[in-house]
Amino acid sequence: MPDTYFYRYDDYDRTLVSERVDQFRDQVRRRLAGELTEEQFKPLRLTNGLYLQLHAYMLRVAIPYGTLSSRQLRKLADISRKYDRGYGHFTTRQNLQLNWIKLEDAPDALAALAEVDMHALQTSGNCIRNVTADHFAGAAADEIEDPRIWAEIVRQWSTLHPEFTFLPRKFKIAITGSPNDRAAVRVHDIGLRLWRNEQGEVGFEVIVGGGLGRTPMIGKTLREFLPKNELLAYLEATLRVYNRYGRRDNLYKARIKILVHEVGVEKMRADVEAEYAETRDGLLGLSDETIEAISQQFAPPDLPPRSNLAGAVEALRLEDRDFALWLKSNVAPHRVKGYAIVTASLKPAGAPPGDASAVQMEGVADIADAYSQGELRVSHEQNLIFPHVAIEDLPAVYAALGRLGFAEANVGKITDIIACPGLDYCALANARSIPVAQRISSHFAGLARQHDIGDLKIKISGCINACGHHHVGHIGILGVDKNGVELYQISLGGDVDFGKTALGTILGPAVTADKVVEAVDSLVTTYLDSRGDGERFVDTFRRIGAEPFKDRMYAAL
Amino acid sequence: MPLYREGAPSGLVVEDPWLRLADDAAVPADGMVLVSFARWREARAALLARRGPVGVVLANTDPVEALAADVSRLDLMVLHFPKFSDGRAYSQARLLRGRFGYQGELRASGGVLQDQIAFMLRCGFDSFESEQKGFGEALAKARTLFSVVYQPTEDGRSPASLLRLKRRNVLVS
Repeated sequence: MPDTYFYRYDDYDRTLVSERVDQFRDQVRRRLAGELTEEQFKPLRLTNGLYLQLHAYMLRVAIPYGTLSSRQLRKLADISRKYDRGYGHFTTRQNLQLNWIKLEDAPDALAALAEVDMHALQTSGNCIRNVTADHFAGAAADEIEDPRIWAEIVRQWSTLHPEFTFLPRKFKIAITGSPNDRAAVRVHDIGLRLWRNEQGEVGFEVIVGGGLGRTPMIGKTLREFLPKNELLAYLEATLRVYNRYGRRDNLYKARIKILVHEVGVEKMRADVEAEYAETRDGLLGLSDETIEAISQQFAPPDLPPRSNLAGAVEALRLEDRDFALWLKSNVAPHRVKGYAIVTASLKPAGAPPGDASAVQMEGVADIADAYSQGELRVSHEQNLIFPHVAIEDLPAVYAALGRLGFAEANVGKITDIIACPGLDYCALANARSIPVAQRISSHFAGLARQHDIGDLKIKISGCINACGHHHVGHIGILGVDKNGVELYQISLGGDVDFGKTALGTILGPAVTADKVVEAVDSLVTTYLDSRGDGERFVDTFRRIGAEPFKDRMYAAL
Repeated sequence: MPLYREGAPSGLVVEDPWLRLADDAAVPADGMVLVSFARWREARAALLARRGPVGVVLANTDPVEALAADVSRLDLMVLHFPKFSDGRAYSQARLLRGRFGYQGELRASGGVLQDQIAFMLRCGFDSFESEQKGFGEALAKARTLFSVVYQPTEDGRSPASLLRLKRRNVLVS
């Protein structure tokens, strides 16, 4: 039995990561010795995941396609204890951030990561960033193909890519293999969606120029159907067009979405296809053998047959209301009968979204070992996922998660809030995000009420860069600074669901921090009073529009 | 500006034999002359009719495609990095080397720092103008800084995917 059911590093991967650590150690030495200016050092540390934040350096650890073994998670706990303050923050990019790293310790922290085949490569800087994928990949009942195979192929190709390390701006790629897009592929620089055409072949829809930030845009289809083995050649052609023609005169207009917007998707497509015509027969074509070798590493675990009908689950469901709610919100269908996908909520009432202490990380790793083939996922919703849990084991997993404080039955509900680190940590932020999330979370803590309100995604960003994805929140909250006062702009109706991707509508003037909870409460009340049968918050919004929400909200403040 | 050449002894500053010609200067009858892309386009025939070798300096917005037919007639191309963080010339280099088959000297100028050398070598650069202290020593080590690469590029190194294939085939046979 292999020790993991996803890509295992071989000597090539290990050598590269370890040589990279050596290189960075030398760069840090030169910086500390004054041989490199901060300006020269900055891009070097950034491509190794090291940011300078408000209070300290922050290390952003890459968790490629959000997949993690229990052994790796234990190591992260270890590193957070040794080099940080004993906790970490899971981000909307499926990464882990450690907020209190010392520059002189950074090379050792990276060396420790390398021991478990992890790194912080390209989690920052104007390069191709850590590739993200559906967090239910390899387990979801609705999956066509495991997107992680392709995410790994892209990971390798993009790692230290010599041509694309100094792009106009950062570049994010997301991949989904399911018709239900959990990877938000329309709001990435490139989104890849695996689908099956009429001939029964599986290929990629290539979507380009989506993104949030200060100029939010929904991505456009560059190629309807790309044969899988042509992926890298096509990506290389797209990146080359972007590297050559993307704007570099203005930091805020440098993402590929602006290029696509300015030249139009038809011209972009023509340019990419012209470039691609030259590269398609080159060395980047993927051989069946290479694809097969990587696919094999993602071969799903051989799950022993387990019962779909578990008496113990049914008994507990009837007896324990919270467990019944948890089954509804935190447990998703698995492709194998008798199994389920469990989401551990990193959003207990009143807590900072996405944080986990070293003890909690170790506890989660233990649960993964006992009940989920030693495997975990990080979701862009900042939760942790056990991909392969037997239905019969659900009561035990629920109890174990309860002991860690991660059993809140709130996945997809109003307290499952996405929030960026905000002004508590981030040098770019205009306003705090985490305390706002905590207040909303405390206000709506009751589970029965949350489940009555139903699916409602609140997303909070502390500045216009939109790391908290506020544009695509059913309720989006954006922190702004007005003459030194933190205010919050509220928008409604954003969505990342495939086919329904939409950007939120701003309701009106921003509100003060102490009014945010009342504002959200009023929005929820409007929904509850107006909802039709089976309508979610966002459905009601689409039907009745912003006015009723807006009128009542401003009247209440 | 100190000039370094890949393959030269570690740290050695090499001599620059090229005469950089201003756009309004007369073209000498022989010798190695380096002209701007604009001058090249305007005086291509006259430049090629001379006896000595010709080189072209390109801005990173100049279309390298325009030189595709002339790559065998040019002995030096200088690609410019206005800032080290402006990476357009990497694409120009790969097109010149990989697509158009340029074999002459490919020089990086401008924001050229030692931590970029490994990337530049992979894109086909083989000479470098840099003011950075220690650049020459770093250049000597740059090719072996990473013993593994993931991408096929103009430096001809085998990417890990290819080495894995070969290794598997050896195991199979």
